[in-house]
Amino acid sequence: MSGLTGKIIARSLGQVGSTLAFLILVIAVVEVLLYLILGKALKHRYTLPYMLIAPAAIGLALLVIYPIGYEIRLAFSNMSLRSFKNPEFGLDQAWRNFRMIFTQPVLKQAMFFPLFLRTILWTVIQVTSHVVFGMCLALLLHRPMKLRGVYQALIIVPWAIPQVIAVLTWRNEFHFEYGFINIMLTRIGLNAVSWKTNPFWNFAAVNLTNIWLGVPFMMVIILGGLQSISKSYYEAAEIDGASGWMRFHSVTLPLLQPVLTPAIILGTIWTFNLFNVPFLINQYELETSDILVTALFRAAFEYNRYGFAAAFALVIFVILFVFSVAYIKLTGGLKGVYER
Amino acid sequence: MKGIKRFFYRSRGDSPFKRVLIHLVLILACAIAVYPALRILSVSLRPGNRLLSTDLSIIPKDATFENFRRLFTEKDFLLWVWNSLIITITTATIGVIIASASAYAFSRWKFPGRNAGMVFLLSTQMIPAAMMMVPIYIIAAKLQLINTYRGLALAYSVTSVPFSVWILKGYYDTIPRELEEAAMIDGMSQMGTFYRIMLPLAAPALAIAFLFNFMNAWNDYMLARIMLQKREMLTWTLGLFRLQDQFQTEWGMYAAASLLITLPVGALFFYSSKWLVSGLTLGSVKG
Repeated sequence: MSGLTGKIIARSLGQVGSTLAFLILVIAVVEVLLYLILGKALKHRYTLPYMLIAPAAIGLALLVIYPIGYEIRLAFSNMSLRSFKNPEFGLDQAWRNFRMIFTQPVLKQAMFFPLFLRTILWTVIQVTSHVVFGMCLALLLHRPMKLRGVYQALIIVPWAIPQVIAVLTWRNEFHFEYGFINIMLTRIGLNAVSWKTNPFWNFAAVNLTNIWLGVPFMMVIILGGLQSISKSYYEAAEIDGASGWMRFHSVTLPLLQPVLTPAIILGTIWTFNLFNVPFLINQYELETSDILVTALFRAAFEYNRYGFAAAFALVIFVILFVFSVAYIKLTGGLKGVYER
Repeated sequence: MKGIKRFFYRSRGDSPFKRVLIHLVLILACAIAVYPALRILSVSLRPGNRLLSTDLSIIPKDATFENFRRLFTEKDFLLWVWNSLIITITTATIGVIIASASAYAFSRWKFPGRNAGMVFLLSTQMIPAAMMMVPIYIIAAKLQLINTYRGLALAYSVTSVPFSVWILKGYYDTIPRELEEAAMIDGMSQMGTFYRIMLPLAAPALAIAFLFNFMNAWNDYMLARIMLQKREMLTWTLGLFRLQDQFQTEWGMYAAASLLITLPVGALFFYSSKWLVSGLTLGSVKG
């Protein structure tokens, strides 16, 4: 019973083939239309670039912009499993949805603001740990020494493992009796920890897993940045008599800025939105370990409150958007985006 | 304090004690990084009657391939991998083709709407994936795309387009325009130079973009979970989750499956990690 039969292979190839044929047809029609209208009729200077971006633009419009519009519409409805076919739309529904987010539990007990604070705590813990540990390891690995390549290869192992596998494996290892963490703890004479049922330790387990997962990436990024810093800066600093700490503070850090800033912004957004780790580690679905995005997923697909979830998603998006704009304004972090 | 300060930068003239200390720290870091991964190997080799044990050794004494055999004979492992492969390869191919063309436009022309387009591409990266789930699920349900390869392949390929465009544009920018101009003087058309000169020169970046697309779709759990429900449509992430959910009985098979999926993907990752990183930091470092 391996499940992979000739019939399934044929069906999947047929489906993929017809999808590709359909896509090619649509793109061809669009390109010809663009060519005729922009190029022949209007003699537009930029016909070719518009033709080049047309497929991506259409794809993004259909699969990003349209769903967002649809989501906004959903937020004005009371769609749920019961009213899936004929939901009611209206301002009063939107008002009800948005008021419910802040006044009633988002899931069974979890309220919005504790969830929000936990998400911030989670993001701060994660990004700080990734940068601090990543920086320490990168600085150590940047020194000329033996076995450097071996160390580097081994340390990035967590990044190389598919995330779902890494997370599910950790979830096993948090088992009370047979996970290696508790076995090790009891062997050195400590008490075993109930990682899956105790709210505090469950949140700790989620955090530990993601630190393990996230440090290698940050380390590699920082190491790349370190290697791009010219040695002459350090030589100059040394001639000026700068101590090790001064060199780190006034040469390394500023010159790492172009690498660190985007890495921290992206890291923050990724962590804030991270789904797999908090969702999968939390085997017994403790609401005390949920962050905003996992709560959103549960509200939508376990409680089937689609209209409410759409409103909730918009609130989360606004939070992220405000953060990103503020951060970019404050640091000028994405300078150079326009220049190139 | 001075010792700690100097710890970081003095590469020559370190005392032997300090060098030993650095190696110890790095060995500890390696152990933390690798041991949990090696546990997958040791669990997968355990015989069925000893799956639950407090043994911490990496290769158990009574190692057996029983779990691997049962994985292929009792579970749909090959089917899961096939489903994932077909969706992922379709996705990555469509994504890279679409992105390579748009990136060329963004790199070579200052057309109206270019800056707005770049900012839009960047801001799509801020949209939480979980936020898109509700509308995508409902739209897919209305278009009858649930439980099809089609729906997932289309959804994945578009979601990774913005990132691919960024990588590819950065790489195209480093290719001098003179090459194209020379070819155009020799009578080649604009699209001819794109196809014959830019794409071959940008092969490394195209490979990175393909790999990113591939990995994104290959490792996805959330979208697959809401889009695929039928047993014969499951991807490996869903299949593994099902194995793993029944903790008591299937731990060994779960570990065996994880190992079989991790080895090729991990090897590919190590092989390409240098380019992956250069793709991420491309253009952000000067000097």
